[in-house]
Amino acid sequence: MTTAIALTIGFIILGPFIGGLLEGMDRVVCARMQGRQGPPVLQPFYDIYKLFNKQSILVNNIQDLLVCGFLVFVVFSGVLFFMGEDILLVFFALTLAEIFMVMSSASANSPYSSMGAQRELVQAMTYEPMLLLTAIGFYIAAESFRVDDIARTDIPAIVYLPGIFLGYVFILTIKFRKSPFDLSTSHHAHQEMVRGLTTELSGNILALVEVAEWYETVLLLGVIGLFFVNGTWWGLVLALVGILVSFFFETFVDNVFPRVHWDTMVKSTWMFTLIAGGINLFILVLIR
Amino acid sequence: MVIFLIVFPFFCALVLALKKKSGLVRRILQFTFCGIIVVADLYFIVTSLISGGKAQYFPETHMVDRLMLVGEWLLLILICYYSFRYKKYYCAVLSVIQTGLITWLELSGKAEIVGYHIWIDRFTLIMALIVGVIGCLICVYSIGYMKDYNSHHSEYKDRRSFFFSMLFAFLGAMFGLIFSNNLIWMYFFWEITSVCSFLLIGYNGSEEAVNNSFKALWMNLLGGLGFAVAIAYSVLELNIVCLQDLVQVGTQVEIAIIPVILLAFAGLTKSAQMPFSGWLLGAMVAPTPTSALLHSATMVKAGVYLLIRLAPALAGNLAGLMVTTIGGFTFLAASMLAISQSDGKKVLAYSTISNLGLIAACAGVGAYEAVWAGIFLIMFHAVSKSLLFLNTGAVENSLGSRNVEDMHGLIVKLPGLAFIMIIGIAGMFLAPFGMLISKWAALKAFIDTNSVLLVIFLIYGSATTLFYWTKWLSSLVAVHHYSDRLKNITKKSEWVALITLSVMTVTLCLTFPFVSSNLIEPFLQDMFHQEVTAVISNGNIFIMGMMLCAILVLPLAVRFLTFGKKHKIVMSYMGGANTGDDRSFTDSFGNEKKMYLTNWYMEEWFGEKKMLKPSLILSTAGLVVLMILAIGGAL
Repeated sequence: MTTAIALTIGFIILGPFIGGLLEGMDRVVCARMQGRQGPPVLQPFYDIYKLFNKQSILVNNIQDLLVCGFLVFVVFSGVLFFMGEDILLVFFALTLAEIFMVMSSASANSPYSSMGAQRELVQAMTYEPMLLLTAIGFYIAAESFRVDDIARTDIPAIVYLPGIFLGYVFILTIKFRKSPFDLSTSHHAHQEMVRGLTTELSGNILALVEVAEWYETVLLLGVIGLFFVNGTWWGLVLALVGILVSFFFETFVDNVFPRVHWDTMVKSTWMFTLIAGGINLFILVLIR
Repeated sequence: MVIFLIVFPFFCALVLALKKKSGLVRRILQFTFCGIIVVADLYFIVTSLISGGKAQYFPETHMVDRLMLVGEWLLLILICYYSFRYKKYYCAVLSVIQTGLITWLELSGKAEIVGYHIWIDRFTLIMALIVGVIGCLICVYSIGYMKDYNSHHSEYKDRRSFFFSMLFAFLGAMFGLIFSNNLIWMYFFWEITSVCSFLLIGYNGSEEAVNNSFKALWMNLLGGLGFAVAIAYSVLELNIVCLQDLVQVGTQVEIAIIPVILLAFAGLTKSAQMPFSGWLLGAMVAPTPTSALLHSATMVKAGVYLLIRLAPALAGNLAGLMVTTIGGFTFLAASMLAISQSDGKKVLAYSTISNLGLIAACAGVGAYEAVWAGIFLIMFHAVSKSLLFLNTGAVENSLGSRNVEDMHGLIVKLPGLAFIMIIGIAGMFLAPFGMLISKWAALKAFIDTNSVLLVIFLIYGSATTLFYWTKWLSSLVAVHHYSDRLKNITKKSEWVALITLSVMTVTLCLTFPFVSSNLIEPFLQDMFHQEVTAVISNGNIFIMGMMLCAILVLPLAVRFLTFGKKHKIVMSYMGGANTGDDRSFTDSFGNEKKMYLTNWYMEEWFGEKKMLKPSLILSTAGLVVLMILAIGGAL
């Protein structure tokens, strides 16, 4: 219980810092892969400081409300996760957050932001099956939906769930907005529809979106960690290594693949979910 | 009391059918009738609950049986009349065969087996609540709606008295159906609902309406035929005529799978599962109250009601496999088809089919958690779906369109109706609202019974469900600058229904743990004869409550989070210069260009042209193969 509370408080306070730091590292690594020097590691913090000090320019009065909904529910699902609650509920709350974000950019009625919203929705539809399947996989492996029970099993979940792990890493590319699946909005400047999802957001409201995404990064990587932990110290080390490797794998993928058309994304992700996740699930049920 | 609930709506129907003149008198009559039914219904539910929630009546009812036989022949004559008038002879043939079969059973005295004709338990009470309260709200709504409908569509004949009388007859038949335990009684009411829906769908008298009404008729008659054969078989071979006995025997005797699977087949047709989904989609041509009634409180709920009653006899056999496969498949296919629809009512129709598929799958699994989820799905779905249908009708009357695209920016144009619609949509799929809870329980039950295929259907189906609802939701909240508020011509009677239903949606979300522990868990205990533990733990219920509160306090949090900074409100960015009203922009040649934003429909992926036929063929094949296997295996 005390560790759960410590983790939760750690998440609320340190979450954005870890997320921001990871983004800074990502940018450095990314630049080096492209043979550039890249910004300093702390650059994301400078950016967000600046954003927070700017006046926000909105196009209507419900945008900021919905963006706050996004932030609140991302943090909420993170809190649930680190408190060791039900993992399905964590994903449900995360989906709710996502819907707030989509509604916020759809409300702006600008072509770019609307298009971003529709694409974001397609992305949500694309990764949702795998997200649910991940929770189901944990449930069968640990016989509980509760995160604290899953974290305490003797054998790390990855042993039972290699296929589901791969599927999860696959959809992480969508979640982290990495190429080839950065359709709705991109971290890079070569987005064909201005900024897509966040076109109509600016100043401190945009900063809130950034912060929420940092929280989300930490939460999603926490799920990666959950595949490895088993209540021992080496489990923790394994989890940390797993998290870093997956994170930099995403950066690598980002630099290697060009952006794809949305239907390629849906098709490939759904197929991968069905093959890697489905077969894994089927075998799990058989040996249960 | 039970008799009153069954007979009184028919009496109302008769009165209204005779009261041809529209006016204040008829309106007052309708309000009074609805009031009486709701009060009687609530009184009945409360008294039954106080006296233990279980009761059986009438072991011996020779006279009533004969009367019902006469009623069945009247229905037969009615069907024959319409089939000959519109030259759709197959309906007459279907009807003659089944009525003949039942008549022979009755007159030969083979069906006179001792057993209670009326059976009441907590599940019956839940259904009575849905039928009575939601059904009556729809009747109240229809008073105002039909007035506008007939003034909008002056090309159709005003047959309102007939329409209202059919609505009440429908309610009576539903009450009869849920209270009956004797299969022949149930069959009688089953046929009444089929015929009533046929008459309601054909209300307009336009060619499309007539064709669709016959589609509904033959599909439901086919189900009715299955029902009749099931009765005949169980009477002749098993000497059983009561549903409860059949379910009881079905868990032990292998041969009982034949009547069970035939009844399940009837249930699938009535709840519009694929390949029988066509009739429910066709039912949209009718005025909105009809759709609301068919989709939420009655008709389709009769089908899943029967399936849930059969659940213990479906657990782990081929009949169950048939129901789960068809249900799960329908859930996925219908939710994909819903993506490609822009007509609001059609989206709702596909979503109904899809949700019923999930309920059917829950019933087919036969484990108590699954049945728990199924019953909750019935309740949540009834409330939210009737709300959405009625609201779409109200929006259509004010806006002149029920297309989702035209609802772009509804929150500015018709804020009241838009908020109600948001509540309805949230109730349909969003955490922490109703349907999601049951979907969650269903998922858990599917995993626990190792149904991998169902799990796959469910996860993909949830994703597509998320897509089409959020799409609609985000259309509603789009804000155009300088949009005018439209005149809201929603009548008082309509507001009564809409507001009551939205309050019910939210209340049900807040009180579902009490409903579960007081109504559903005791019922499941009786049904499965085993200890039933709470399906969703208290901790999780608490968290859901917190989420609900979080959504409610969000507007306050915003003030806090934005640090009281003044925002600057500007026009949205359009690439070219916005000409000032968010609707057009100046292009690079200096000309003004109109801009029009639409949602994604992905026609070439999920369109009806692409998906409907393969799904129908696949589901027909599955249905036929599994039925043959089950019946062949048992013989």
